[in-house]
Amino acid sequence: MRDEKDAKDVKATPVAVEGEESSAISRRAALKALGAAAPGILLVACGGPKPPPPEQADGYDWSKHYWGYAVDTTKCIGCNACVRACRAENDVPEGRYRTWVERYRIDKEGQVAVDMAKDDKAFKPLNDDNIVKAFFVPKICNHCDKSVCTQVCPVGASYQTKDGVVLVDTKRCIGCGYCVQACPYSTRYIKPGHDHIADKCTLCYHRITRGMLPACVQACPRGARIFGDLRDPNSTINTILRQRRYRLLRPELGTHPKCYYIGLDLKVV
Amino acid sequence: MDFVFPNDLNVTWSVMIVLYPYITGLVAGAFIVSSLYHVFGRQELKPVARFSLASAFVFLLFAPLPLLIHLGYPERSFNIMITPNFSSAMAGFGYIYTAYLIVVVMEIWFVMRGDFIKRAKGGGLWALVAKVILLFNLHESDETRRADARITKILAAIGIPMACLLHGYVGFLFGSLKANPWWSTPLMFVIFIFSAIVSGIAVLIFHYFIVSRINRWRIDQPCVRSMGKYLWGFMIVAVSLELLEVMSVAYKQTEEWEVIHDLINHHLFYSYVVVQFLLLSVVPFGMLATTALVRMRDSINNTLLWMASTMLLGQVLLMRWNVVVGGQMLSKSMRGFTSYFPGIWEKEGIAVAVIVFTTPFFLLWLFHRFVPLFPGVEKKA
Repeated sequence: MRDEKDAKDVKATPVAVEGEESSAISRRAALKALGAAAPGILLVACGGPKPPPPEQADGYDWSKHYWGYAVDTTKCIGCNACVRACRAENDVPEGRYRTWVERYRIDKEGQVAVDMAKDDKAFKPLNDDNIVKAFFVPKICNHCDKSVCTQVCPVGASYQTKDGVVLVDTKRCIGCGYCVQACPYSTRYIKPGHDHIADKCTLCYHRITRGMLPACVQACPRGARIFGDLRDPNSTINTILRQRRYRLLRPELGTHPKCYYIGLDLKVV
Repeated sequence: MDFVFPNDLNVTWSVMIVLYPYITGLVAGAFIVSSLYHVFGRQELKPVARFSLASAFVFLLFAPLPLLIHLGYPERSFNIMITPNFSSAMAGFGYIYTAYLIVVVMEIWFVMRGDFIKRAKGGGLWALVAKVILLFNLHESDETRRADARITKILAAIGIPMACLLHGYVGFLFGSLKANPWWSTPLMFVIFIFSAIVSGIAVLIFHYFIVSRINRWRIDQPCVRSMGKYLWGFMIVAVSLELLEVMSVAYKQTEEWEVIHDLINHHLFYSYVVVQFLLLSVVPFGMLATTALVRMRDSINNTLLWMASTMLLGQVLLMRWNVVVGGQMLSKSMRGFTSYFPGIWEKEGIAVAVIVFTTPFFLLWLFHRFVPLFPGVEKKA
């Protein structure tokens, strides 16, 4: 998909202005020339056609994979090691999150309360007799098959790779924030500070294309986060999805998320 | 009801994105008034026909400025037109805006060509500017005037659907985002069009009274009374549509209503219920109804009209605020709300917003110095 776009954009080249025969260029000709040259001037001013695909390791073929993610909520213990690993690996700015962990608590009256641990540290245990049920829900970009963020990006800076990862082209993003508004899962943010562009989970694209796991998956001591190739029928993720019952977050929005939640309770959104 | 997604704590779209639909709306409304005269032949609006067209033009020039101030990389903004992603509603902005700007500029050119020629025949720098605008063609005759009038009518007629498109499109930007229950409604773009017309007529009345007072001009009474009636009519439609939208969500009692109910009754209670509806909609409605239905002295009539217009200007600004900021106060966790209040001196703060909003008025004054926007206006005795 991206290749086609690249090819399309290259076509827009500046039109050379033919010199008039006489020395006096007519007003009409001058205006015409200016009009014809404008797209070229603008193209140069804006940094030219789209850059090549994202950084990948040698020998990696993105058409041979389709990455998916699963979360076994019954295993998560709320240690937040994944959040810290993500922040360290991807230089996530303070106060913003590419992944986070929520704690759900249901009391005897059926009231639901949700919170997050402070400063990316592990959740403190609760000693509350009123609570009848509690569980953790790690959150991450769903890398939706029909992602709204890529749909609404006005310049195509947000895009889906052939291997099913939603990325932001940092050299094309204009920082309008429309994708941030469009994402139903709030997994995007505009970077604070000088580099005012959209940022999000990349599934550690720089790692997975080298055969490594995303940092959050690597850091999880309980195997609650599962990453794998949906195209490979024998991959761990496919095996788990065949064996377990799972849910998607906000499937009614038609985004076709690729983050599968095992053992999810209540209306977790 | 207390959990906000961590990335929702920071409001991404702030004052500038409130100002952007507001200014765009002023353009659409002012243009409609000029077209009521040029296309629909409402002769009583002739005294403000040029003024309204010029107002649409100066506001149009400033419409993209809040967006550029907001962008992280404004220098990449032309990418929207050069390498657009056509599945994005926002990708249309550059094209729709440019097309509309061309129509407005051309209409001004044809409407005011005679005045530009007068200027060009004078002396000094202004004459040169006028010559450049006229592309150095100073020819004028009955034939050219007839042609100008004919082209003006066509451009004004094309301009009406384009004004609606431009502003409807801004509403669509919000209405099409399915992730946000406060925005996601097909009514959004219709509401935006009508509130745009309201703000456009209101700004003309507001401004016309002020410049008339400063210059001691005689107010054209049939003209302002007519504008007042249009304002009344359009505000009824705009406010009704907004109420209908909220009522339908409330009556359906869907899951969304739980959070929207909280948003309206707590977090937006003052800015939305009290000020936008009760104060700035009901009161001007009463004032405009009185001016339209009750015979009274011109001075009282005009005072009421001016106050109603000023309040409606505030109402539409607040409506934009309640839509843009309100929608972001509601976290997509559907379990909590964040809060936001703008700073004064920051890049997207109140001071910059005031400058962006008031500069078009200054520009309009310059425009008037160049070509009179109120030809035939009489001084008070």
